[in-house]
Amino acid sequence: MAFGVILLHPDLSPAWRLIITDRHHQPSGYASTSLRSIQYVKTDFILAAIDAVNSAILSHEADIEGLDRDIGDGDHYINIKRGCAAAAAMRPELENLTPDAALQKIGMKVLSSIGGASGPLVASFFLEMAKAIKLKEPISLADHAALFATGVAGIQHRGKAQVGEKTMMDVLIPVSTLLTQLASTHSELDADAIHAIKAEAEKGMLATRDMLATKGRAAGLGERAIGHIDPGAKSCQVMIHAVCDMLLGQAH
Amino acid sequence: MKKFMNQPDTMLTESLQGFAAAHADLVTLHLDPNYLVRAKQAQNKVAVISGGGSGHEPLHSGLLGYGMLDAVCPGFVFTSPSPDQMLAAAEAVECGKGVLFIVKNYAGDVMNFEMAAEMLSCESATVLTSDDVAVENSTYTTGRRGVAGTVIVEKVVGSLAETGADLATCKALGDRVNRRTASMGVALTSCTVPAAGKPTFQLGEQELEMGVGIHGEPGRRREAMRPADEIVADLVKAILHDLAPASGSEILLLVNGFAGTPLMELYLLYNSAARLLQSHGLIISRSLVGNYTTALDMAGASITVCLLDDEIKQHWDSPVHTAALRWGM
Repeated sequence: MAFGVILLHPDLSPAWRLIITDRHHQPSGYASTSLRSIQYVKTDFILAAIDAVNSAILSHEADIEGLDRDIGDGDHYINIKRGCAAAAAMRPELENLTPDAALQKIGMKVLSSIGGASGPLVASFFLEMAKAIKLKEPISLADHAALFATGVAGIQHRGKAQVGEKTMMDVLIPVSTLLTQLASTHSELDADAIHAIKAEAEKGMLATRDMLATKGRAAGLGERAIGHIDPGAKSCQVMIHAVCDMLLGQAH
Repeated sequence: MKKFMNQPDTMLTESLQGFAAAHADLVTLHLDPNYLVRAKQAQNKVAVISGGGSGHEPLHSGLLGYGMLDAVCPGFVFTSPSPDQMLAAAEAVECGKGVLFIVKNYAGDVMNFEMAAEMLSCESATVLTSDDVAVENSTYTTGRRGVAGTVIVEKVVGSLAETGADLATCKALGDRVNRRTASMGVALTSCTVPAAGKPTFQLGEQELEMGVGIHGEPGRRREAMRPADEIVADLVKAILHDLAPASGSEILLLVNGFAGTPLMELYLLYNSAARLLQSHGLIISRSLVGNYTTALDMAGASITVCLLDDEIKQHWDSPVHTAALRWGM
């Protein structure tokens, strides 16, 4: 879900692989490294982000599954995990592809492997970004923010949910808006900006606790859903944090 | 949970393989992506494709064959199939006149079929079924759910498509049948999803769930068990409120079992519903009783009324040869 964020980073040093394979080894000084000189989206980043998201989802099984048992039908975690694992397993066939082709293939894979309602939503994020990159290679931070917004708009077009309906959009739309704002004042994302993105995702996720659900499976519960965080918003926040942490060079 | 299975993971595949083997004269199964097509493919007609989560058999695979569907995409239990299945199915059966998808109105199904339609290279249209009058906005959907009335839509549209009618005409008739069809169900027990291993909801020995959906979604209300006539009266009342038929209208009455209720009880429900509908001045000119849109092992039933007209009646009566419906040939 959050791969748009990683597209903002310029290069993939071997240190990234170190973070992915062994989270206890932090590349020293990486967190303070300024993230800049954006050139273009790289497939290596997309793959590293998939791995980061896959690990983060696996380590949040209990939280996400518990939330879905409360107000969903208990299969959200399993479906998302299956999608992440399927995407991560595609590394060999994606490595040598252009970013748009890689995003397209990931989109089609999650579409068929997640299934249900989440499949088309997550897939739309990748497929819309793939189309956008093909039309216009993103160069500036603003271009990348626009690219992320295109992915989010793809999900919104498919699921028709607005902010305030107790869904993943309560995380994605505020994060996308913040990214666009940051791009209007920054030419590059520094650590403060990335921390702000993490905080926005967290805030959006927590805000779903007090909402009535009007979209998604929790919609039939009416008042009974109040007091429960939306599992889709939670998994989305976990993914965004995973990618932000990767950018910051932090281990969990 | 006690079910006939080897492992939950292979349950669907083994069941599909059994279905295909038992009806090898009618259907051919393709795995990964999963879809079924007619054993003898039709030519020069709109390809009518349906699908949805498994667990509602014989919907939709049992309605595959001459006079009804050209291809079916089965999803996992109670989970929408994905667009790769629909694209593969469409590619296999499309024969120049376009594809008509018949989709039950649930968020997941709608989105997956929508994406498939956008990716298809040929012309396509979709009929969304939404015959359940129980709840305006149920757990699984935005808007009314598609339930047992889908069988009627698939029969009537399937028959029209067989005549070589074009895509727009087939869609228009499907939409019309859907508008003229209303259903409502009642559960006496929950169902148990094999992978979950325990009942989806709890109903006491003396309780029923009025207005239940076909996945065990909550209905209008939970209430105490009552005589069948009283339960039927509530179902019929909601249906007639929605359809508002003129006295003297001809109807098709479908009493559908959810799989856990014996036919003996379904016929008792038919008897009760038929008398009540006749007392409202309605003429029951076509009937169907049996397990057609099931909910795994749920005990319960739904009543569906379709307001007939000459065209709908003609296509209901036309020959059909599928695993679950066969007449006239």
